[in-house]
Amino acid sequence: MGQRVKGRVLADGVADGVALVLGEPLSLWGGVDPATGQIIDVRHPQHGTSVAGRVLVMRAVRGSSSSSSVLAETVRAGCAPAAILLGEPDLILAVGAAVAEELYGVRVPVLHLPLVDVDAIPADAAVSVHEGGEVTIT
Amino acid sequence: MRLVMRAAEALGAERLIPITGAHVDSCLYHGEATIEFVQRLIDGGAHVTVPTTLNVGALDLLHPELWRGDPATADRGRLLMEQYRSLGCQPTYTCAPYQLAAARPAFGEQVAWAESNAIAFCNSVLGARTERYGDFTDIACAITGRVPDAGLHQTDARRAVLVLRLGPDVPVAVLEDDSLYPVLGIVLGRRAGSRVAVIDGLPSGLSEERLKALGAAAASSGAVAMFHAVGSTPEAPTLEVALQGGEPEEVIEVSLAELRAARRALTTAQGGAPTGTPIGTVSLGTPHASLAELRAVERELSGAGPAPGVELLISTGRTLLAEAEEEGLVPRLRSLGVELLVDTCSYIAPVLRRSPLPAMTDSGKWAFYAPGNIGVEVVFGSLRECVRSAVAGRVWRDVDVWGSA
Repeated sequence: MGQRVKGRVLADGVADGVALVLGEPLSLWGGVDPATGQIIDVRHPQHGTSVAGRVLVMRAVRGSSSSSSVLAETVRAGCAPAAILLGEPDLILAVGAAVAEELYGVRVPVLHLPLVDVDAIPADAAVSVHEGGEVTIT
Repeated sequence: MRLVMRAAEALGAERLIPITGAHVDSCLYHGEATIEFVQRLIDGGAHVTVPTTLNVGALDLLHPELWRGDPATADRGRLLMEQYRSLGCQPTYTCAPYQLAAARPAFGEQVAWAESNAIAFCNSVLGARTERYGDFTDIACAITGRVPDAGLHQTDARRAVLVLRLGPDVPVAVLEDDSLYPVLGIVLGRRAGSRVAVIDGLPSGLSEERLKALGAAAASSGAVAMFHAVGSTPEAPTLEVALQGGEPEEVIEVSLAELRAARRALTTAQGGAPTGTPIGTVSLGTPHASLAELRAVERELSGAGPAPGVELLISTGRTLLAEAEEEGLVPRLRSLGVELLVDTCSYIAPVLRRSPLPAMTDSGKWAFYAPGNIGVEVVFGSLRECVRSAVAGRVWRDVDVWGSA
């Protein structure tokens, strides 16, 4: 079974993946190689990890306004995260996901969850995101 | 319009309001998705409806010979820059549109700006109003001439909720040095995240160059879209005004130790690059250098050029370059061996000579992103330290400011 939480939908969709709980905020531009999905920010605690197919969990957001483009490009290149769960709302990632859906018909759900729920997601948990912002964590 | 509505939903806005201008970041090539997106807009007959400036692109269109990468990638980068121009955007290709007299919004104007450093400058230094817009949203707002009535477009969201106070142990020599401002920006971004902060305890009447460096670094280490500096930024003549008469949710004292640690962390080169460490490159002008900064480089060079084998490169905007050309600064700098790059930036475009030695910069933002983007080791220092190091070919430290550490 597992825990169910509800997030506010910034970009809707369904996804299953293993959580990648980031130790620090990450700017997708300058932080992720859009061709491979690898984290290239050398000061980031998870430098070298791939975001591809993972449910990215971030307490806070950071950095560049080019992150919309980088998210859309990871979708095109097939190395996008499965979903993004945020502890604060972010227009830049929401719009990156919206454009990727429009161009490629692939949905990367982006949800804003209460911080207590974000903090309760264990590293490497199996996460399912359902239509409308419901999240199951096992 | 659909994208603007998506943005309005994400921001929780109930209505849209008109804007007087836009700054578009989407013209930087990140892959085919960026081209396919704008092609849809072109096919649909879209055109901007407000004066719109363009951010940096993938390459220097005026000096294409500086490109050292794959020519096919340069072609895609150039195509994207031209596609945005065909939508009616002005080919300014600068990350510092606030340095262009014609593009500077007045206090209180509602605009839609992308590019994290420009957003921070627009809100904080000009007192014009923009949300933290990103690629795709920027051009959507420029086409519709509308933004969601939410966030930093509204007065109450511009209130500082966090106070950063410079500690009493921060010496005057540090407060008066250029290098404090990017370092303090890194601290601000980490401490504030996306919150609006007010910084207390800085000298008043700070130059636009210092505020630019501060905001650019804060928008790299955090999601800072607006900050106040008491006595320098227009919505903070006093601490009380910046707080809009309210109580802050947090007050943090920034000690000299925290600043020193943040400054050290900006250098990735081995051992913290002490005095005498050989360097291969010095990169200045992130965000794009102002005329005052170009003049400062000439002053610090005082007739000398970079040491043999050392590259000294400054990024600036094409409009600024033309102004500097007019006053004779450009040929003087070039004759000393300084390279000038426009339309792009040295951590985006493959323009730097390949060197196994570290690259030095006065920019917190460049120091933050260059190691990941272009795979260089970085040494951070003030503009004076950078220029003198370029001349020496080795790191030179101004020990009167931060001490020998």
